[in-house]
Amino acid sequence: MQLIPSNTRFDFVGSRKTALTISLILTLISIGLMVFRGPKMGIDFAGGSLVQVRFKTPTEVETLRQSLRAAGFEAVDIQDMGRDRTDFLIRVPMAADDTESRTKKVTGALQDAFGVDQVEVLRVESVGPRVGETLRSKAIWAVLFSTLMMGVYIWARFEWRYGVGAVIALLHDTIMTIGFLIAFGYEFDLTIVAALLTVVGFSVNDTVIVSDRIRENRRKDRRTSLAELINLSVNETLSRTILTSGTAILVTLSLFLLGGPVIHGFAFALLVGFTVGTYSSIFIAAPVVLYFERAPSAAPEARGRQSAPAARRT
Amino acid sequence: MQPLPGWLSFLKGSKVGLGLDLQGGTHLIMQVDTDQAVVNYLEINADEMRRALRKENVKSPKVERKGDGLTVTVPADQREKTLDVVGRLFPNFKTGDTETVDGNLVLPLTMAPAEVAQIKESAVEQSLETIRNRVDQFGVSEPVIQRQGERDILIQLPGIQDPQRAKSLIGKTAVLAFKLVRDVNAEPIASGSQPMPAGTQVLYEVDKLPTGERKKGQALVVETQTLMTGDVVTDARVRPGDLPNSRIVSIDFNARGARLFGEITAANVNRRLAIVLDDTIYSAPVIKEAIPGGKAVISGSFTPDEAKDLAIVLRSGALPAPVTVAEERTVGPSLGADSIEKGIRSFVVGGLLVIVFMIIYYRFAGLLADLAMIWNVLFLLAGLAAFGATLTLPGIAGIVLTLGMAVDANVLINERIREELRLGKTARAAIDAGYDRALPSIIDTHITTILSGIILFQFGSGPIKGFAVTLCIGLASSLFTATVGTRLVWDYLLQRWRIQTVSI
Repeated sequence: MQLIPSNTRFDFVGSRKTALTISLILTLISIGLMVFRGPKMGIDFAGGSLVQVRFKTPTEVETLRQSLRAAGFEAVDIQDMGRDRTDFLIRVPMAADDTESRTKKVTGALQDAFGVDQVEVLRVESVGPRVGETLRSKAIWAVLFSTLMMGVYIWARFEWRYGVGAVIALLHDTIMTIGFLIAFGYEFDLTIVAALLTVVGFSVNDTVIVSDRIRENRRKDRRTSLAELINLSVNETLSRTILTSGTAILVTLSLFLLGGPVIHGFAFALLVGFTVGTYSSIFIAAPVVLYFERAPSAAPEARGRQSAPAARRT
Repeated sequence: MQPLPGWLSFLKGSKVGLGLDLQGGTHLIMQVDTDQAVVNYLEINADEMRRALRKENVKSPKVERKGDGLTVTVPADQREKTLDVVGRLFPNFKTGDTETVDGNLVLPLTMAPAEVAQIKESAVEQSLETIRNRVDQFGVSEPVIQRQGERDILIQLPGIQDPQRAKSLIGKTAVLAFKLVRDVNAEPIASGSQPMPAGTQVLYEVDKLPTGERKKGQALVVETQTLMTGDVVTDARVRPGDLPNSRIVSIDFNARGARLFGEITAANVNRRLAIVLDDTIYSAPVIKEAIPGGKAVISGSFTPDEAKDLAIVLRSGALPAPVTVAEERTVGPSLGADSIEKGIRSFVVGGLLVIVFMIIYYRFAGLLADLAMIWNVLFLLAGLAAFGATLTLPGIAGIVLTLGMAVDANVLINERIREELRLGKTARAAIDAGYDRALPSIIDTHITTILSGIILFQFGSGPIKGFAVTLCIGLASSLFTATVGTRLVWDYLLQRWRIQTVSI
């Protein structure tokens, strides 16, 4: 079976200006969202309230979650304590200023749902973030540093501009995914961080494969312009790209639709990230390389430059 | 976790631990004794004040802690100098009204309530950080450590087997001190039948009963003065000792510590130096010669776990105040069993769709790719178990990425084989060329990602680490299954069955 014909000749490079414009606009909107609206921080980052309750009769976590969701608490963390399903630890994210009123709302919602004499509030405490300041900066540094190292590796294996292309594509995908998450009002917690890391890994994978094909084609053929080689390479790997992304998106779609509310944000981030990552490896990572064509460090590429006018034409 | 079926029981050795989000674990609430933190702060300041006054030639200054403040007693004629030193060097103390008692000036010093609150606050924050350091090194991946209320720290440890050990490790104050031993018979002094020589105290060596229980060991008379404290320790590691099965903990000092330790050992050759941790003597070796290198060892009869815990405590620094366990119980998974079930079901559905799709799309080659993928999951789980890692949601994210890349590697190979077949090559040539052509890409993609995994592991912590471990193990196995595993099957088919066409 074959979905993509083997001899596609789409002019991806030709549409790079449109693609870059769209990407630039969306990236700017995402950055705007980050700066002006800011990510909604979940309990992992912002802290919140911890309510410990005891029920008269054994209760299911799921019932508890549903009644809290009905009261407008989407991202709650519920743990049962002990084995008899009567004691529960409920964590609700919230800003410091509305702790008291929201805690009242939590206990109120529980008492409404289960009856005042059924629920006993054992303790209400404010809790600090699970991810403290140091951990947060550590995580951000780890991600930035590893992105940089991926760029350096690609630079060493290919040429510096492929490294730049890859890093730009990585930033593009991450920023865009965060933008989507903010736009759709998802709360940021540790699972979202894990999803973002996954998106980065996926995105770099795609980019490397296209770069590899460009290099391979270049070795076979030094006379065709880089622009045409990029087009050819993206077309040649298109069937692989669609297939791999398709299967990845299939799995995350299943997570998104069937996975339940707790991993909804996680699945959403993956879904957006994989889609954007696929798009960027076709329309951003490789075409970006062209823009660095005439930069001085591209000197080893001298022979490729003979046909540079072809690249400039588009 | 489900018990393994009988025919798999040989796998029982170790299993993949599930993280807090998936399995639950031990729930501890540690309470920081913030009042003690204030007392410690005052005592350190009293010490410094005494030294500062002496340095400024104030004669026989006395500084004592009194409640939430200090009292300075100096000869009355030293009034100006004393007020100057205290006001200049200790601005966080408010001077009260002075009194003159028996020709001495008594100066009460108090701290602003905001200052006291600040000390308590930072004691909790610092404890949180120290506890996090200790737990991180304890090998438990992905604990929850969270500030709760004013002075409580909530700690949840996934599937911990020995909560007792965890508790004692977390709660150790770890004040490390080096003190000289007086060469006197300690027994009568310890029992009180002989007076304690001035400037000394009685401490006990650790000793273990054959049952492994600890008890007070031999008493030693040591000088009260602490020659060095743990703040100069830069590293501490467990090493094998001279005797078989024995262990020592080696300590590295920073430059100041190295100089101090060199001076102390040079000045006290042939005397015993007690290494004291939380008022218990761990070891009291005789100084044979000056040790200038900035290294010391603590030897003693440790079990491997004890030696490891000691090293962790030394490395991660002292808690600013004692902490006690206020609550201990078992908790269920934080994601909730309901959510986990849904999550796993959706993951399985997605995975099955991919498996079916691959077979439809690539036929036999697709089946092979599916086998490689399943093989990969087995490898990954085995790897996680071997590393003692716990599986949490971020870890599962790592698995999703790994599987995606494993599928991708097979897709790359299969697409190449198709390309070669389109060029009219024979089965053998197409398969050979397909693998050869795809190999550089596969290696590049895997190395790039493994590289980022290693960096994430090195610099990240908690969930980032969990993600990185899963990723690295998964990719290593994917690299192998994709390039060697499936290829072996093709080679077998080509050679043994002499297939002429490729089902792809």
